[in-house]
Amino acid sequence: MAKTEGELTWQDIEIGAIATEPGNASQYQTGTWRSQRPTYDFTRCIKCGMCQLFCPEGCVEQNEDGYFEANLYYCKGCGICARECWTRVITMVEEGE
Amino acid sequence: MGVRKGVEVSIAIGDVVKLANADVIAAYPITPQTHIVEHLAELVADGELDAEFIPVESEHSAMSACLGSAAAGARTFTASAGQGLELMHEVLYVASSMQLPIVMAVANRALSSPLSVWGDHSDMMAVRDTGWIQIVTENGQEVIDNIICAFRIAEDKQVLLPVMVHLDGFHLTHVIEPIIFPEQSEVDQFLPPNQYPLPLDPDRPVAMGDFGPPIIYSETKWAQEVRLRASKKVILDCWQEFGKAFQRHYSPVESYHSEGAKVLLFTMGSFSETAMEAIDKMRGEGKDIGLIRLRLWRPFPFAELRRAVRDADVLITLDRAISFGGPGGAVCSEIKAALYNEAKKPKIVSFVGGLGGRDITVDGFEEIVNRGIEIAEKGSQNEFEIFGVRE
Repeated sequence: MAKTEGELTWQDIEIGAIATEPGNASQYQTGTWRSQRPTYDFTRCIKCGMCQLFCPEGCVEQNEDGYFEANLYYCKGCGICARECWTRVITMVEEGE
Repeated sequence: MGVRKGVEVSIAIGDVVKLANADVIAAYPITPQTHIVEHLAELVADGELDAEFIPVESEHSAMSACLGSAAAGARTFTASAGQGLELMHEVLYVASSMQLPIVMAVANRALSSPLSVWGDHSDMMAVRDTGWIQIVTENGQEVIDNIICAFRIAEDKQVLLPVMVHLDGFHLTHVIEPIIFPEQSEVDQFLPPNQYPLPLDPDRPVAMGDFGPPIIYSETKWAQEVRLRASKKVILDCWQEFGKAFQRHYSPVESYHSEGAKVLLFTMGSFSETAMEAIDKMRGEGKDIGLIRLRLWRPFPFAELRRAVRDADVLITLDRAISFGGPGGAVCSEIKAALYNEAKKPKIVSFVGGLGGRDITVDGFEEIVNRGIEIAEKGSQNEFEIFGVRE
């Protein structure tokens, strides 16, 4: 995509604000909604992937070491992953702390 | 040349939608629009019109089905009135914002309660901010002509906006008039096939009606506003071309003996024809009076209106809907707004009348004019006066 949403002028708007390129919803940063963020103690992680299955945002990805981690660009801080994690890897902390 | 035949205006609408070769009709019947939908259903069922007729369970669904149809690139028609138009209200905004060229005949009807199936302009005023082009007609011929024009305007690539053609419930929908129908070949020549530039197509997928966060919403709304205002040029061109092809001429603000007249009466819709009779009578008695009628309600024709009224001393307006607790009549308040910054402008006197099917006769218009002149001379404490209410 040539321009991000923040760079588009009104003249750039396609008729009816139709999106002609697939996948531009991925630009939408839902991470700014967050008041708490997940933190991880990977020493307890068994890589079961439950946090990924339960994440309503679909923002949990495996990092290069195979551990599951939320992409903070999208993570809304709901805390479901922390609640569902069997081995208590995830702790929610207040943003700004 | 076309064929002149005596026909009920609602039936004529069905026939002209057939001439326009509509692909999809999705509509729910409601008085006084019912005969339009019935006749279209008949034309499709009898195989006279090769179109999909989608019977829906409500007007909300009717307009929603029209969205899908227009998005697929099909020539789409619907019709509604009063409560039905209100039920589809939220979808009207979607149609204009998504720039889907739907054409709708609106058989203007009063809004409940008390329940009234009869005509006034309450429904038309309630949808004035929905982003549709709104054309107002005075007789059956104008309805037919403007439905043909509406398809051409809506589908023009510089426009791509939905269009409402307003006709007064019963006063127009249920009268039998001699109407000139153009030949099929003439309509085909005037109305090119609909070619929506970005239709739903599995080979070229697009996303329509997306989510628009604060970072983009204002840009989309301004683009929509600029487009609606710019549509006026295409509307004017279309009417000019129509005039050349069919010798019937339309303009955003129509006049009747208004040139140089010091007192002007202002009307909209079918009552204008009765008002003309009143103007003839009063002019015959030596009164210096003319008539201005609004044909294009949206986009509002600011320049044409200012030109039409600037030399008059008094402008007496008639609205057929109340803006409750507000300035009285929506049309009058917009005229006032259009003239506020003008150095030279008439005194404006606002009347509301003709509500819920109540007629205004020639004598009635004469009374309105006389009372209007009296108020213009003496002044009034009220925002507007209601006409014809029993004390």
